Amino acid sequence: DIDDVGHKYHLELVLEDVLDKDSTVNCTAEVLYHLGNKNIAPAVQFTIEGELKNTDEADNIFYSRIKSLEKELVAENIPDSHGSVSPEMEPIRLLAQVASGYVIWQNSTENTKFQLAQIKHVKQVKRSDDCLEFDYMILLHEMVSQEIIPWQMTVLWHPQHGVQVTQDSCQPKHALE
Amino acid sequence: LQLDFWLAPRSPGYPVDVRVPFPSLQPLKAHLEANGVFYSIMIEDVQALVDHEQTEMLRSSRRQLPLSTNTFDYATYHSLDEIYTFMDLLVAENPNLVSKLEIGRSTENRPLYVLKFSKGGTNRPAIWIDTGIHSREWVTQASGVWFAKKIVLDHENDKGLASILDKMDIFLEIVVNPDGFVFTQTQNRMWRKTRSRHPGSTCVGVDPNRNWDAGFGGPGASRNPCSETYHGPYANSEPEVKAIVDFVKNHGNIKAFVSIHSYSQLLFYPYGYTSTPVPDQKELDQISKKAVAALSSLYGTNYKYGSIITTIYQASGGTIDWTYNQGIKYSFTFELRDTGRYGFLLPAKEIVPTAQETWLALKVIMLHARDHPY
Repeated sequence: DIDDVGHKYHLELVLEDVLDKDSTVNCTAEVLYHLGNKNIAPAVQFTIEGELKNTDEADNIFYSRIKSLEKELVAENIPDSHGSVSPEMEPIRLLAQVASGYVIWQNSTENTKFQLAQIKHVKQVKRSDDCLEFDYMILLHEMVSQEIIPWQMTVLWHPQHGVQVTQDSCQPKHALE
Repeated sequence: LQLDFWLAPRSPGYPVDVRVPFPSLQPLKAHLEANGVFYSIMIEDVQALVDHEQTEMLRSSRRQLPLSTNTFDYATYHSLDEIYTFMDLLVAENPNLVSKLEIGRSTENRPLYVLKFSKGGTNRPAIWIDTGIHSREWVTQASGVWFAKKIVLDHENDKGLASILDKMDIFLEIVVNPDGFVFTQTQNRMWRKTRSRHPGSTCVGVDPNRNWDAGFGGPGASRNPCSETYHGPYANSEPEVKAIVDFVKNHGNIKAFVSIHSYSQLLFYPYGYTSTPVPDQKELDQISKKAVAALSSLYGTNYKYGSIITTIYQASGGTIDWTYNQGIKYSFTFELRDTGRYGFLLPAKEIVPTAQETWLALKVIMLHARDHPY
């Protein structure tokens, strides 16, 4: 507890590569939840012990594949009701998980626990530069209230420039129907 | 060369798609390269794609109702009709062990069925297991189906299970919330609640795990009908909940009660509505520890355990708070796989491993109940 400022948490955690359970990395972090203005995202500082895996090859394959599509990519319900994700959509889903991490961070308080539940819809947006742009409609599951919250996010990605969420907005519940 | 043209030659300038049998690959490539003809590979292995499609089609065309519990596909998600048919098949195949009871009707008038596994006796002390109270938690109904078959398969050869059934009956309600379940299959995969309507609101449904008479309406539930944790107008307003309440009271001899949810990989004992620990906290904690260790032993799946309020959050009107207060000491709730990567949309291939590991934990609870009559 830090009077007049907020609550600070010191964390020691292990990061596990979702695609390779044996690949782990130790991490320490400090998270500060601000008192008062709940509209500010918690402040996060972290250090990673060692390096994250190099994903250049997979990144480039995905990048080339999308760049060479004749028509802009469009897809929905990833995973589907049965939890299936087609191999071509797997990177699209991973990208959404990373991008939703940003959205979740920006909207988290000490009383929320968000997870990405599903990609309802994703549409590639044509760009004149080198970046890939995707317009996602995702569903976030908030554990405490158990609510499913539709959320729109615009995601930019480039193998060398990483992920950026340029725009995001919470959608009304009826956006689902 | 036996080339199979999928996009036939037209005239110069137009592309051609061709399926090439393996032995002809090299000669064809050589020929094209020698003549400066550009080519690219669209599909590396057509056979693999065809095989994959076949399995997918079998999965979806198997929408004919199952014919026996031996040919039933436990590794996929099923419709309500298929699950209800499965129940009837199981009873028909094992009439001396299994019977089906209708304990009530849902809001939309669907029958609420409970399977009873019994080797005889009259009103023996019993174990209750339910799945599917929250309709979007699909791995639970699927696991319930697997448990039913497992009991039948093991009731003689597995010493532990056989000894449990020598003294106790097992009641299993696979789809506590059939209206919600059908809704997840037809309209909204993320539906959680029942499908009851309430005057004064356009929103539908009550959270069946906030509708029980234990701390009803207190903190940890919502009085907003549009909320996912809406407790309902009054305790037991939901026929799906009332049916179980009536059953438990009428039976009078239930000794263990397990309600199954997903996801988060947690095992809880009461209370959720208050931070006052239950009198049997120590014993329930020890059982939980053992159950979780048994579960982990199979695939290394990690679970945490504790009381609802200390482990997850305050929740009022919950199932096992009520059952515990009725005197059912061994009241537990599970949250099955996973921890959020797929969440409610758990891939079908995880159904059986999830059910298998959970069964080991259930056996710990059931054996403890058998060995500690009260």
